[in-house]
Amino acid sequence: MKILVGLKRVIDYNVRVQVKPDGSGVVTDGVKMSINPFDEIALEEALRIKEAGHAEEVIVASIGPSAAQQQLRTGLAMGADRAVLVVADEEVQPLTAARVFHKLAEKEGPGLVILGKQAIDDDSSQTGQMVAALWDRPQATFASKLELNGQTATVTREVDAGLETIEVDLPAVVTTDLRLNEPRFVKLPDIMKAKKKPLDEMPLADLGVESGNFISTSAYAPPAQRQRGVMVEDVDGLLTALKEKGLI
Amino acid sequence: MSKTLIIAEHNGSQLNASTAKSMTCAAQIGHDVDLVVFADQPDAIAAEAAGLAGVSRVFTVTTSDNQCFLAAALAPMIVSLAADYSHVLAPSTTFGKDLLPRVAALLGVAQISDIMAVKGPHEFERPIYAGNAIVTVSVPADSKVVGTVRTASFAAAAGGGSAAVEAASPAGEAPSHTRYVGLAGSASERPDLQSAPKVVSGGRALASEENFEIIYKLADTLGAGVGASRAAVDAGYVPNDMQVGQTGKIIAPDLYVAIGISGAIQHLTGIKDAGTIVAINKDAEAPIFEVADIGLVGDLFNIVPELTEKLG
Ligand SMILES: Cc1cc2nc3c(=O)[nH]c(=O)nc-3n(C[C@H](O)[C@H](O)[C@H](O)COP(=O)(O)OP(=O)(O)OC[C@H]3O[C@@H](n4cnc5c(N)ncnc54)[C@H](O)[C@@H]3O)c2cc1C
Ligand SMILES: Nc1ncnc2c1ncn2[C@@H]1O[C@H](COP(=O)(O)O)[C@@H](O)[C@H]1O
Repeated sequence: MKILVGLKRVIDYNVRVQVKPDGSGVVTDGVKMSINPFDEIALEEALRIKEAGHAEEVIVASIGPSAAQQQLRTGLAMGADRAVLVVADEEVQPLTAARVFHKLAEKEGPGLVILGKQAIDDDSSQTGQMVAALWDRPQATFASKLELNGQTATVTREVDAGLETIEVDLPAVVTTDLRLNEPRFVKLPDIMKAKKKPLDEMPLADLGVESGNFISTSAYAPPAQRQRGVMVEDVDGLLTALKEKGLI
Repeated sequence: MSKTLIIAEHNGSQLNASTAKSMTCAAQIGHDVDLVVFADQPDAIAAEAAGLAGVSRVFTVTTSDNQCFLAAALAPMIVSLAADYSHVLAPSTTFGKDLLPRVAALLGVAQISDIMAVKGPHEFERPIYAGNAIVTVSVPADSKVVGTVRTASFAAAAGGGSAAVEAASPAGEAPSHTRYVGLAGSASERPDLQSAPKVVSGGRALASEENFEIIYKLADTLGAGVGASRAAVDAGYVPNDMQVGQTGKIIAPDLYVAIGISGAIQHLTGIKDAGTIVAINKDAEAPIFEVADIGLVGDLFNIVPELTEKLG
């Protein structure tokens, strides 16, 4: 079985993202870029499945600027076998990304496509579900546990009401939640080895997928800021403040 | 054909509060609003839905084997119902987030996630980058709008409605490739975190499941729901359904009490719309104090029991 994993290049989660003063976008110059944290978890899961003998090959794929090579190289250093970079210089919205993953899934025939539950830049949480729809296969989103049993998988999902379990036939699309695993750190020798692993680049236009970029963005604004309030000295002060606001 | 269809969310027997909030968003779009309830036993849920002010019609679709919780089973039916609608909405809860992108992809349209304000029938505001930026987005006027509603941004629709309820059996076969196995919930007697007017949350500082007891005691004294930071959930002090934040629940209670929580950006995303934020933390420099309306610096293990006692 092959496993296809999505690695999106996003602004690192530690960066406090700021809107440009003219409202035309967010500040990206000189900002640290990383693999979307949920995608690292996706790759870690794929590697563990391979190491347990249930998969032969792990392919990482990214759709984005040439610079996304960095994130794919990191993925190869973590242990992926090969990488595919679909080069797109403009923004890639979830429906477009899903059409690309669908195309790759048809070409590679993976038993599992593992994506993050959301990209922490657009916070859309759509791509995995869309790939599953286009591919006409099961989806198991927000996974915190994944068990393979031959031709099926049992997946525990983090839902608002608790932990839901579903069973899906393979091939299937899984999207990862934070508690699925803790991704490994990359070791220096692995970075050297990764340089020799194959990384194929192709322009988005060559894949022949229809663009799904239907959303246009007219303005970026900073969120309404909450004001720093009052500090109280002790519990009695807190009780007085709460009473004044009519909260107790 | 300017009409809105809302996919109702429920737990198998009762309507979820997120549905009434989605109704408020739909009302702002301005068209007639119908609701559809997919459930193994839809009647009681539909009766509740029919009482929401502003709903024109409620459709019931009877499912089996809990397929009403499976996106793969519902999406084809929603696609056939959608032929009569310009807008399809669901709450941006794990239910709606799982379901609606599958519908959008089958319809070949984009989805607008986490609608926080309606600027026009095809123009909306939504948060990106964990709420660090708010964007105004639009889809072409001739395109169907498929969107999830950020429930913390909308008040619940009032009751008092009396919509007609009709059974429907939309085309669209449920695939056999996905099967529902079960739900392990924490079945708490406490107010629901997502709709409670008061919420008390604990963080990593609680240091154990046993210590979290002081948070529950305070919450019970206040009649509050209980939440937690990701660190507290990851450490196993509390179950996952209590996580508040970017990747947990986005809530808007009148009162939010953050105890031993540092105030990481991903946590703050979940509480931006709270009425009053109270922070209790031993570190006067903790970022939570930058957003707190009332702050108290000190050791939670002294403060919380004293607070509970004085409130009791
Ligand atoms: C992709 C991603 C998504 C995330 N999503 C979420 C999310 O949805 N929700 C979320 O909460 N986090 C989320 N996080 C994690 C987030 O970045 C923080 O790590 C987390 O919120 C920290 O939890 P905490 O405040 O409980 O712990 P800490 O940051 O360790 O803070 C503990 C606080 O307790 C205080 N303290 C310690 N002892 C005491 C005492 N005795 N009395 C009083 N105060 C004390 C300390 O001063 C400190 O401020 C996410 C992270 C990533 C990367
Ligand atoms: N441009 C992209 N390149 C690689 N993976 C992507 C891309 N866009 C989305 N994904 C995958 O889809 C997941 C969900 O993204 P989103 O729907 O944008 O929140 C991400 O965590 C990635 O795994």
